[in-house]
Amino acid sequence: MNFRKIMTVILALVLVVGVFAGCAQSSVTTAAAAETTAAAAETTAAAAAEKIKVGVIYISPKNDGGWSQAHATGFANAVAAVGADKIDLKEIENINDADAQQTETALNQLVADGCQLIFATSFNYMDVVEKVALENPEIKFEHCSGYKSADNFANYFGQIEQPRYLSGIVAGRMTKTNTIGYVAAMPIPEVYRGLNAFTLGVRSVNPDAIVKVTWTNTWFNPQLEKEAAISLIDSGADVLAQHQDSTATQQAAQEKGVYGIGYDNPMYSEAIKDAYLTAPVWNWGAYYQTRLQGMVDGTWATGSYWGGMNEGVIALDAMTALVPADVQTEVNGLIDTMKAKGNDFVFAGPIKDNTGKERVAAGTSLPAADQFSMDWYVEGVVVAE
Amino acid sequence: MDVALLIALFLASAVRMAVPLLLGTLGESLTERAGNLNLGVEGLMMMGAATGFIAAYHTDNIALAVLAGMLGSGFGSLLYAILTITFRTKQDVTGLALTIFGSGFANTLGKTLANTNTPEGIRTFAQATPLKLPESTASIPGIGPVLAFIDTAFLQHNWFVYLTFIAAFAGWFYLFRTRQGLHLRMIGENPAAADASGIRVIGAKYAHVVVGGILCGLGGVYISVINVGTYLENIVAGRGWIVVALVIFIRWDPLKAIAGSLLFGALEIVGFRIQHIEALSGLPIFSQYAIDMYPYLMTIIVLILTYARKKAYLGPAGLGVPYFREDR
Repeated sequence: MNFRKIMTVILALVLVVGVFAGCAQSSVTTAAAAETTAAAAETTAAAAAEKIKVGVIYISPKNDGGWSQAHATGFANAVAAVGADKIDLKEIENINDADAQQTETALNQLVADGCQLIFATSFNYMDVVEKVALENPEIKFEHCSGYKSADNFANYFGQIEQPRYLSGIVAGRMTKTNTIGYVAAMPIPEVYRGLNAFTLGVRSVNPDAIVKVTWTNTWFNPQLEKEAAISLIDSGADVLAQHQDSTATQQAAQEKGVYGIGYDNPMYSEAIKDAYLTAPVWNWGAYYQTRLQGMVDGTWATGSYWGGMNEGVIALDAMTALVPADVQTEVNGLIDTMKAKGNDFVFAGPIKDNTGKERVAAGTSLPAADQFSMDWYVEGVVVAE
Repeated sequence: MDVALLIALFLASAVRMAVPLLLGTLGESLTERAGNLNLGVEGLMMMGAATGFIAAYHTDNIALAVLAGMLGSGFGSLLYAILTITFRTKQDVTGLALTIFGSGFANTLGKTLANTNTPEGIRTFAQATPLKLPESTASIPGIGPVLAFIDTAFLQHNWFVYLTFIAAFAGWFYLFRTRQGLHLRMIGENPAAADASGIRVIGAKYAHVVVGGILCGLGGVYISVINVGTYLENIVAGRGWIVVALVIFIRWDPLKAIAGSLLFGALEIVGFRIQHIEALSGLPIFSQYAIDMYPYLMTIIVLILTYARKKAYLGPAGLGVPYFREDR
């Protein structure tokens, strides 16, 4: 009986350890970071200037190859630029943005750790960040992709539509069937905006091309994303673009011998070398650097930031050798115009929607508010036929 | 594009989606036939996906990848077996714990390899189509188009896919045509009676729970190593839960599992294709939200229909009940 009891306890422990291995990974990193910081603090106690603690929460692992990786890379670059001796970064991964309690616990942990500035990098964190920001007026918060703000609570996002438009030009030039596939996640304004900007780019150089869109209704389901991409190839698409975070779309393109345009990060790898053309990518380091520097200089201020290519917060990944030189020249030649005019250039009239109704008159551009609430398709997007 | 080709391509896609569901369903059917309800399918699939991918990445050898996936998920199901069979813990709670354990285990092991790709050799295996018909068959008068249809839909897959379907037939044969299968069914229905007739109940339970878990893990191997070719955290994306419903839907029968997993697999992807057909895409019953619900809705309908029928099979009578030998 005794043996049995001991075994039960051991097995229960194994399971418990497993559970914590999953969720506690984040705290392990922070704890380890805290230890090293403590050690570093002891040794460099002479260097009186105290490091500013900055916290971050991510929705997924830092090396997810998509959204969170783009942010993590940005922070790493920003800390290196501002000075690793000035900033102490505390990161927590895998905070489910649909789980308000978990989000709040993570934010409070960062507050308790002494962070003076805390970044939350997913849309659904917004309300929890607002709550914690109200409770801690002396601490500054920043929230990505949201619309709420306060004196100690800023929001920020990037105009990814600009590189999307440019990648659309690449697609428009590369397609031979004049059918381009677009694997889209969720029908929300951000995704409509990207799809429409892409399509406007395609049609600016190839008015005969259409963009077929498939909605997966999921942010993350690689096997499903891949089948969605294949369904587009089956219906005639020879260039694919994606508003999904995984590389599954690119892998489908590689396997089926068509071209692919990625998203989030430079996605090139040996495994997709015959498909990958380029990608609209996030370059958060540009923004984070100014914000961290602002903390160091004491000039941080709240606000709503929506940066374009001119600020470097977004970019088009370097086009691969699969893109002919003249197309590369054409696209690169537009970058200065894009930097100067921004989304006014992307959404410049005349723009019709896909029912033929005029949405933007010639000589005007779509106002920012209408971009934020976009829920219609531009001419050239084909959903059903 | 012509309709026949579109349908064939749709079926090919459904076959790929069905493979992890079929492996999971076979594994869970075997487990439940032994009287053990294992709700840890999702965790086991994650363990298989991670350990299989790690071996694939480092060795570029499909056999070793499959073996590693089997070892990983076998370890998970062995833990579950020890807890529920020897220590007679609550099966449902233990299964749920296994789901969380399996995800944590997989995410910890796979962390450094997240978002990497399988190497060349594995990709070649995954893209090979060993049973593809020669092009010339399509031009045979009369049956040419039929052959082309069958070829596109069912004969352009890799060995892993075919072996999965063969495993389903083997599972049916084992369960209903062999002595061991008969013993297994007896254990699931009434372990005490099986014990009294001289069957080694505990040993058989262990064997089937562990093998069942390994089959679930192979479903995970298929997703990460063969189909997507990338390991990502939570790559199984909830298919383990679909499996739990599917096992009820197919009435614990491996042959019906083939049809059931093809149906559920097709339901996962039918939405994409319908979106592009104007006549259908506007109908609310074909919205992606509705389609996501159908597997579960159909399971409920099947449950109601079976309970309404007098002589229907309601699953192993001993399912979920721990077996106390001393209690006879």
